[in-house]
Amino acid sequence: MEALLSLLIGVITACGVYLMLRGRTFPVVLGLTLLSYAVNVFLFAMGRLTIGQPPVIDAATSQYADPLPQALVLTAIVISFGMTAFVIVLALKARAELGNDHVDGEGE
Amino acid sequence: MSHLVIAPILLPLLAGILLLLLRSLDIRWRRALGLAAMLAQVAVAITLLQTVLDGPLLVYALGNWQAPYGIVLVADPLAAWMVLITALLGLFALLYALRGADQAGRHFHVLFQLQLFGLQGAFLTGDLFNLFVFFEILLLASYGLLLHGSGPQRSRAGLHFVVINLAGSTLFLFAVGTLYGTFGTLNMADLAVHIGQASPQQLGLARLAGLLLFGVFALKAALVPLHLWLPAAYSAATAPVAALFVIMTKVGAYGILRLDVLLFGAGEASDLLDAWLLPLALLTLALGTLGVMASTGLRRQVAWLVVISVGTLLTAFALGGVNGIAAGLYYLPHTTFAGAAFFLLADSLSVRRGEHDDHFVPHAALADRRLLGGLFFLVAILVAGLPPLSGFIGKFLILRAALGSGAIAWVLAVVLAGGLLTIIALARSGSVIFYRSHPAEHATPTLQLWPELVPASGLLLLCLGLMIAAGPVDAVTRFIAGQLMQPEIYIQAVLGGAGS
Repeated sequence: MEALLSLLIGVITACGVYLMLRGRTFPVVLGLTLLSYAVNVFLFAMGRLTIGQPPVIDAATSQYADPLPQALVLTAIVISFGMTAFVIVLALKARAELGNDHVDGEGE
Repeated sequence: MSHLVIAPILLPLLAGILLLLLRSLDIRWRRALGLAAMLAQVAVAITLLQTVLDGPLLVYALGNWQAPYGIVLVADPLAAWMVLITALLGLFALLYALRGADQAGRHFHVLFQLQLFGLQGAFLTGDLFNLFVFFEILLLASYGLLLHGSGPQRSRAGLHFVVINLAGSTLFLFAVGTLYGTFGTLNMADLAVHIGQASPQQLGLARLAGLLLFGVFALKAALVPLHLWLPAAYSAATAPVAALFVIMTKVGAYGILRLDVLLFGAGEASDLLDAWLLPLALLTLALGTLGVMASTGLRRQVAWLVVISVGTLLTAFALGGVNGIAAGLYYLPHTTFAGAAFFLLADSLSVRRGEHDDHFVPHAALADRRLLGGLFFLVAILVAGLPPLSGFIGKFLILRAALGSGAIAWVLAVVLAGGLLTIIALARSGSVIFYRSHPAEHATPTLQLWPELVPASGLLLLCLGLMIAAGPVDAVTRFIAGQLMQPEIYIQAVLGGAGS
């Protein structure tokens, strides 16, 4: 499971980086979104992968899932969500003001 | 537990929320509220610095959850020093904005306070993830401030600024995740202990995460080769915003300093940045100088001067030891205030030059050329580091710190040559703006000059204060640097008997 997950994070990150280097704003926004997905899964996996374990104290069990990464991921998701919304609005504003959707504001 | 530690964070947050709720109020009241909040922050920052200079450093456990399990705020002398510099800079930037720049777009005062909220939080937090959150807060506010006033130029610069910072945030999270996965903690003091005792298997991952963090902070600080976003963004921003942004690069420098002396202060990984920091800092200085020489407009030239100041500052930090860090901490407020004053002055000049804006082309003689020219001369001397002003003292301290180091030849050559070329470039811009002017056909009406120059003059007076009180200030920065070089004081305060 670890190998599969790390492969997944790697592929998503690579796609994100590739898209972020494109010349138009829409792929760049998609790239940033993919990167934030990858980093969220990465953070989540840092608490080690466990299945079916409670994160809070339970008398019946001695195995726990680490609750901290879950809290961190929640924060990171909220922040990246807000940032994505902002960058989309900014991209639309730049499109309206500069007349094209190229990141430098200059069409080919 | 003293609540003084959290006051510099809560004040701008509450002021920002209040300003948002009262947004329909008359602009005069909102200005008064913003100014009152700013003055209160300066007062709190002075009290905080005095307290930590006289006594032990203050630790504030949020929700009384003790470190390393809860999030702590730590006011050590370095954090308090940065908080004071930020508050003073914010005060003068706001004073300039009150003259009308705050009306160019919506919510200026809200964003301004929230930007300060993020900045002060980043300096005071003792938790790495919390640092990430405060970085995001200050960045989100800065996106809004950068776009303040609108215009295609700002949209373009803003898009680049936002995208590169979002990429930086992702790297930050990767670094934080790696550290948590390796050591199971995010408290900076606890991390420092763990990294100091890392096993050989953990060491590689710790170094990886450390270098990732260095990359993120280098991006914020605009260290070469991650500096290209800065000139475009800073020269596009409104003057008071650009003045406030001068401190943002220093947040990156602060992060690098914490990374170097606290997180990787001891143990086998303590040589993490040794191979990188000094060459990159000198390269930043050299490239910044070329940028200053090549600029065709004053605002862009000042933005490149900010790159130079980052290079000089990080050279001092890279030299390390009490001498190097103390020299850097003396240079830091000087370069922040001088850079901000230059941005404000550049704005005063460009509004008077009509269609020529801030470009280096001859224009009709300005009506207020004597006063403005005098100020320009003063700021240029200050920035270039000529005696007797504080820039000279700062550079002198840095060069003195370099005396014992092996890289003395490089540091001397780059810093001195950079200083000389800066003087030449600034002399050229000054002579184009003030001397190579054709006589005015009709006298330009004076746009209430004095109130406009108060903020810039105030910043210059602060630099003058730094020069006159160089002895006491040097003693303070030496004390701060001395504490930084003993990370066990910080670790002891956070982990042992926290919350007292």
